Amino acid sequence: MATQVSNESVEKTIYDGLVELGTERDDLSREATLESLDVDSLDLVELAQIVEDEYGVELKGDDVKDVKTVGEVIDLVVAKAS
Amino acid sequence: MSRRVVITGVGAVTPLGVGAQTLIDRWSAGESGIEDGFGRCLDFEPLDFLSKKEARRNDRFAQMAIAAGNEAIAQAFGEDGGLPYDPYRVGCVIATGIGGLVSLEREQEKLITKGPKAVSPLAVPLMMGNAAAAAVSMRHGLQGHTYAVSSACAAGNNGIGDAARIIQVGDADAMVTGGAEACITGVATSAFAAMEATSASGISRPFDARRDGFVMGEGAGVLVLEEKEAAEKRGATILGEVTGYGVTADAHHLTAPQPEGEAAAKAIQFALADAGISAVDVDYVNAHGTSTPLNDAAETKAIKAALGERAADIPVSSTKSAIGHLLGAAGAVEAIATIEALRRRQAPPTVGYEEAEEGLDLDYVEGSAKPIVNGVGPVVAISNSFGFGGHNAVLVLSAN
Repeated sequence: MATQVSNESVEKTIYDGLVELGTERDDLSREATLESLDVDSLDLVELAQIVEDEYGVELKGDDVKDVKTVGEVIDLVVAKAS
Repeated sequence: MSRRVVITGVGAVTPLGVGAQTLIDRWSAGESGIEDGFGRCLDFEPLDFLSKKEARRNDRFAQMAIAAGNEAIAQAFGEDGGLPYDPYRVGCVIATGIGGLVSLEREQEKLITKGPKAVSPLAVPLMMGNAAAAAVSMRHGLQGHTYAVSSACAAGNNGIGDAARIIQVGDADAMVTGGAEACITGVATSAFAAMEATSASGISRPFDARRDGFVMGEGAGVLVLEEKEAAEKRGATILGEVTGYGVTADAHHLTAPQPEGEAAAKAIQFALADAGISAVDVDYVNAHGTSTPLNDAAETKAIKAALGERAADIPVSSTKSAIGHLLGAAGAVEAIATIEALRRRQAPPTVGYEEAEEGLDLDYVEGSAKPIVNGVGPVVAISNSFGFGGHNAVLVLSAN
């Protein structure tokens, strides 16, 4: 479990994770919606595994069901990890 | 008048390369795609056909089915991919012997080394046997009968035969069908070796006296089938016809064929009867020809029993001599090779065949390709596929 949970490090983890899942890095921003990036429920489960590996934070389906943008995913992870 | 089923598109990914024409060109020239005891599709690059995301979401067997499906559908319906039929009247039956074994073994490794939380949520959709049928259906918007057929090494023929039946009974106007397999993995290679089914020498030489087992291959074959009148009405180019389908089971042994090939011979006879033809009408046999001692002996007996005197007069060759055994994809790839062989009136050789064995005395097309000779009318072949579990599935295919 990492000790440093900063906005920047979470952002990097999420961005890297989304690229790994097949999203183009150039399309990524905090404002980008998951829908526009074609990120679906299966991607979010995989992203949650990456986040848990990195920060020990467990994200369940219910936690992310109302999340609309990449920024909201980052904020959620930061809030959960703090 | 019953509904007839024609072939209007073919696509293949095989150890001889990507593309149906590559398969038939190279096999006809007597070339082999087997290296180091395996028939791997070394030329297949998934990202040539799939986005990074699609590639992650499809096991290798489904990736190959998508590539072969793209080729077949482009040939049948044009590059723009629009369907000429109501999508609910176009189905997709893709066979597999095993399914997504590469993915299963990878996730099992994660489970053991990292624990249950490391297992991917994609594991089930990656490994399920119907993944290839689902992927091809989604890619092309096919909304009719869509599922997988699984009967081990007979699966490809069962897929095509069942798809043809779906059109014949009127449940579809077109079907995208075939088979896909990619299981050159630790578990599968070890298991086949343990039962001494695979070749210790790493050489696929069907019907040869020195044969010592099959060589594992991987790949996919996909065909587009259409109801004949509908295909003609829309001006489709017709490559050939699926005129007969015969299926039996040995009910004998889990892995060994019935040694006299009785049920296999029955499947050939049923297929001929379904096509409304007799043995003298058959011009070429695309054999199952695995290169195992048991299969090739039993199959030879079956061909002789079913075709009688005609068996000695026509070429009999095995695609597996050039690409190895593609298991659940074998029948599909071999049906494509058969149709193209008929169109060219040329039987490709059983590559590497040199030494005859007593009793195995058919014309196995030694050395190089030879003409397929027929009288008047369409040129006709049977394509055999037999599988562990005692499954026998035979197609009768014809071309003008």
